[in-house]
Amino acid sequence: MSDPVVDDFVQLLTPEGERVQHPDFAFGGSDEQVAGYLRDMVLARRFDNEATALQRKGELGLWPPALGQEAAQVGSVNATRLPDHVFPSYREHAVALHLGVDAVEMLTTFRGTAMVPWKSAERGLHIYSFVIGTQTLHAVGYAMGMQRDGLVGNPDPDANGAAIVYFGDGATSQGDVNEAFIFAASYTAPVVFFCQNNQYAISEPIALQSKIPLYRRASGFGFPGIRVDGNDVLAVQAVTSWALQRARQGEGPTLIEAYTYRMGAHTTSDDPTKYRSRDETDRWRARDPISRAQAYLLASGAIDQAWLDSLEAESEQLAVRVREGCVALREPQLEEFFEHVVIDPPEILLEQRDDYLEYEAGFDHPSVPDAEAAHSQSQAQGAF
Amino acid sequence: MPTMTLAKALNAGLRRALEADPKVLLAGEDIGKLGGVFRITEHLQRDFGPDRVIDSPLAESGILGTAIGLGLRGYRPVVEIQFDGFVYPAFDQIISQLSRLHFRSHGALTVPLVVRIPYGGGIGAIEHHSESPEAYFAHTPGLKVVTCSNPLDAYWMIQQAIASDNPVIFFEPKRRYHEKGEVDTEAEPMPLYQSRVVKPGDDLTLITYGPMVRTCVEAALAAGDEGRDIEVVDLRSLAPLDMATVVESVQKTGRAVVVHEAALTLGMGAEIAARLQQECFYALQAPVLRVTGYDIPYPPSRVETAYLPDLDRVLDAVDRSMAY
Ligand SMILES: Cc1ncc(C[n+]2csc(CCOP(=O)(O)OP(=O)(O)O)c2C)c(N)n1
Ligand SMILES: [Mg+2]
Repeated sequence: MSDPVVDDFVQLLTPEGERVQHPDFAFGGSDEQVAGYLRDMVLARRFDNEATALQRKGELGLWPPALGQEAAQVGSVNATRLPDHVFPSYREHAVALHLGVDAVEMLTTFRGTAMVPWKSAERGLHIYSFVIGTQTLHAVGYAMGMQRDGLVGNPDPDANGAAIVYFGDGATSQGDVNEAFIFAASYTAPVVFFCQNNQYAISEPIALQSKIPLYRRASGFGFPGIRVDGNDVLAVQAVTSWALQRARQGEGPTLIEAYTYRMGAHTTSDDPTKYRSRDETDRWRARDPISRAQAYLLASGAIDQAWLDSLEAESEQLAVRVREGCVALREPQLEEFFEHVVIDPPEILLEQRDDYLEYEAGFDHPSVPDAEAAHSQSQAQGAF
Repeated sequence: MPTMTLAKALNAGLRRALEADPKVLLAGEDIGKLGGVFRITEHLQRDFGPDRVIDSPLAESGILGTAIGLGLRGYRPVVEIQFDGFVYPAFDQIISQLSRLHFRSHGALTVPLVVRIPYGGGIGAIEHHSESPEAYFAHTPGLKVVTCSNPLDAYWMIQQAIASDNPVIFFEPKRRYHEKGEVDTEAEPMPLYQSRVVKPGDDLTLITYGPMVRTCVEAALAAGDEGRDIEVVDLRSLAPLDMATVVESVQKTGRAVVVHEAALTLGMGAEIAARLQQECFYALQAPVLRVTGYDIPYPPSRVETAYLPDLDRVLDAVDRSMAY
């Protein structure tokens, strides 16, 4: 590829599925754990493909596929444990699934039946953020709080925690992200900046956002940066474990650049043929994160065809549940959204809600979207 | 006379502005090869080159701040904010700098900059993609704020905004991008900051702008079937307000309903109602009513048709005003 795959990244599993040594990093887990990652990745991909298909059928307004980024997400989230806290962007479906967000519930936001209705606190997962980069500052502030709450640098390593925040290559251009780097460095905040460099911000290639490899930016802010093969689930897990460990011990932030590729469109509204070549995509397909983990596990004998068959059956069950669950999602009513604007709704808001309800009650039938609105919806096609 | 969509009319207007003045530059996220997520700048980079049609790094404050610098250097930048909800990272540059450089420099500095913002709902989008933030900008001294409602205005208003030496916030009704209309590319356009009576009538004035103009015209036509003669004013300019046109209409009809998608409290309707009670007090036969979005963040798309003013809600307000 025009962008030669760099040799300055950490790789522990080649695209062919061979384990390789790295001078600084080793994957400490068992093959059984790797099989767990493979399962996470396969289920996430199946979910993602179902969601894309649901959007195509008009059941979702929009879907941002994570296709191709499974190893970056699964490897990193598998390095977390409570009381770590995770701040996703909007494409971290594999992260959210791993942390227990229900697959059907994840569709609500994209079907437009709810905002982001996750009960996030207990799983250590913040809700999705759609405004590029903002969540990096939230993660740093959260980490500063963890620091003050005594979750950093305890002799008992299990008592320690850190924050990890996901963002894209495009996001690194935002002021918020750069300010997050500064705050994290100034306060030695226990935070891991996990950047999935999937080579594009919608149509804009990484070269427009950065003249140097992204991970090297960290040194200018005064903390370590490291690039990892984002399609290698073992390397991602190892590097993220190291960075989280540093943070939990009180050694401060790390920037991880997971070098990967967005195999799908930016969102279902996007047409990538306008800005990138099929050749490029094909070259990345050969570096698929799932096939290399599978090849390794089959060769090592940790899994066999029967294991894969049963995973396939599990994926199929998930797919059915997602398809059926999506269309069965409860249709909300507007009046529900007068709640939670503030904790204690002011009189004017309650009046507006009552006026609305009274007005609606005046109709014989629940108001249906008029043809005009339906028309502009189908026409809109706005990529986000 | 060519017929085109509002989106194509903007594209044609931008093209003509680029042709007319080598100082005109476009900048924004994904506006080059992709032509913008709504394709408003389609083929413009191909035809005018990457120095004039610039793909910006993903940073709205950077886009606005550098455009101000280019403006100070004598260029006429036209920046695209990808969606309404993403203008806020650039808010400081717009409010504290763009709007005030002329004032801060005692008139020595001018910044001929246009900020294009697709706005409004009704497209089935997720969070941050359906907002109507116009009042923030109209509230800010030093900014001109305009919005088109149809292809003809889109074509001419974008060119007039670019030709203006003032900073202009240019709101584009994204749910109307694909609606077609005739565009006379030769006729002299009406002044940018002037409102237009799009449908005359004697009984009541609907005052609106942008995406709600079509809704109000349809409501006026429906009311006509019931024997009510409704006038519709398309404000076109939100700052300054062309109160002369609005007042003349309300002096005649004695009744006014303001319609916008943005939330009620301190929306454009509040200002217009205040000005009307001041300037047409004795002509008014009913209080000025408002049909607007509710005072909640834009809700999920499955309930947006209930949230947005529509024909029925406008007619309901017409009934209430007439019954007064
Ligand atoms: C502040 C802001 N500006 C613009 C957008 C529109 N937008 C949504 S995603 C995106 C590109 C993001 O690229 P990147 O950070 O690389 O993440 P990726 O989508 O590749 O995962 C843009 C410009 C936005 N959501 N927020
Ligand atoms: Mg990206």
